[in-house]
Amino acid sequence: MADASYPEDLLYHPEHDWAKIEGDVATFGVTWFAQDALGEVVYFDPPEVGTTVTKDEPYAEVESVKAVSDVFAPLSGEIIEVNTSLGDTPETINSDPYGDGWMVKVKLSDVSETDVLMDQATYLESLS
Amino acid sequence: MHQTTLKRTPLFERHQAAGAKIVPFAGWEMPVQYEGIRAEHQAVRTDAGVFDVSHMGEIETRGEEAEAFLQRILSNDVTKLAVGGAQYSLLTKPDGGVIDDLFTYRLAPDHYLTVTNASNHEKDLAWFIEQAREFPGAVVRDSAEDYAMLAVQGPRAREVVQAFADGPLPSRMTAGRRLLAGRSVLVAGTGYTGEDGVELLIDPADAPAIWDELLKRGATPVGLGARDTLRLEVCFHLYGNDLMEERDPIAAGLGWAVKEDTGFIGADVIAQTRAAGPAEKLVPFKLTEKGIARQGNAILSGGEEVGVVTSGTLSPSLDVGIGMGYVRPEFAAPGTALELDVRGKVRPAVVATKPLYPDEETDG
Repeated sequence: MADASYPEDLLYHPEHDWAKIEGDVATFGVTWFAQDALGEVVYFDPPEVGTTVTKDEPYAEVESVKAVSDVFAPLSGEIIEVNTSLGDTPETINSDPYGDGWMVKVKLSDVSETDVLMDQATYLESLS
Repeated sequence: MHQTTLKRTPLFERHQAAGAKIVPFAGWEMPVQYEGIRAEHQAVRTDAGVFDVSHMGEIETRGEEAEAFLQRILSNDVTKLAVGGAQYSLLTKPDGGVIDDLFTYRLAPDHYLTVTNASNHEKDLAWFIEQAREFPGAVVRDSAEDYAMLAVQGPRAREVVQAFADGPLPSRMTAGRRLLAGRSVLVAGTGYTGEDGVELLIDPADAPAIWDELLKRGATPVGLGARDTLRLEVCFHLYGNDLMEERDPIAAGLGWAVKEDTGFIGADVIAQTRAAGPAEKLVPFKLTEKGIARQGNAILSGGEEVGVVTSGTLSPSLDVGIGMGYVRPEFAAPGTALELDVRGKVRPAVVATKPLYPDEETDG
């Protein structure tokens, strides 16, 4: 399992999700803290491309040996791509939560929603 | 909700040092995992693992009426328990509902030690004390503070413990005192994983030294997470999931540990249930596609609700979702196709035979 890390170029949601913004498209995933709390992820139930996601609402489920957890959307929009490789290798969510463990790409419906997300420093503070 | 202080076992610092993730469990701060549930599970299946189960409680019963008293409250035939023996039984209410499931060890002719589930210890103790009023020659004592408990389990578990023991270890389903690294320990040939091994009841002051000896000899620390996957693969019941006051031992498939002719509390009701057949049966199941069922999920057949999941996890050994649940008897036969309502998604499953692991057809 990777060491704790929280990249500077991401925005963070209180439910321990991250968003990487590129224009009006964002990539979503869960943070190191989230995957560590979950333990070994054994199952990722992805949403479908075209699904609308709403900020602060669950859009997918991750399952560890011990429990199932909702994954919350940090921002609103429409899913344009799903990381289908997580179906076969869900453990990537543990080993590389910010890289190959990304979950969905979303075309944002309201880019201004990013204003209320936390930057790295604020998120780190929320964890302490 | 009032605040309660969580208890710590004598090995709390050892768990922290071993990198454990600590969680609240039944009033205790317990290690749920160290390296990871899968690796720990595998260590027990293939090598040797050590679990700190010091949260479990102990009740000692002594005196000339000890046997008669235990025969009255425990479901199994206590007169068949020889000195140095171990016996599994249930504590049942007058209506047959299960108060707890327990191992009792006969340490001497008039001296028994019963191990309780942590979450039930106070309830069990109160029941023992209340029922003992009719047996003035039986003395019940709460011994939970007198013992730390370690389970050493796996194909190499006995070898690991034997290496610092002063004599041959007790065989399966027997118990006796041995010196381990010079410290007197009650060693029992019991466990909760389906693997060979021993359980050690230790003076709490000696527990860290015994733990260190075990780790030094290669035993892997295993947390409560893997304890649950290991026990569920071999279909051992977990109180609070698969056993409860609202259900009886016959429905739970524990009729083998219930001897109604001994006249224990609840025997008459359980005898009727056995004769008439239970209204539901606990069955093991496997999911036939991806997905993991969890406690509380509905069990369906053709869209109709026919039961409920009481335990569910991913089997690290089989890499499929497994579990146990109560179903109406007509859906209990091995091979019966069922569906599980996993948070609104219907997942196909099949009734299996016990144990789920090793994965071979047996009569259970």
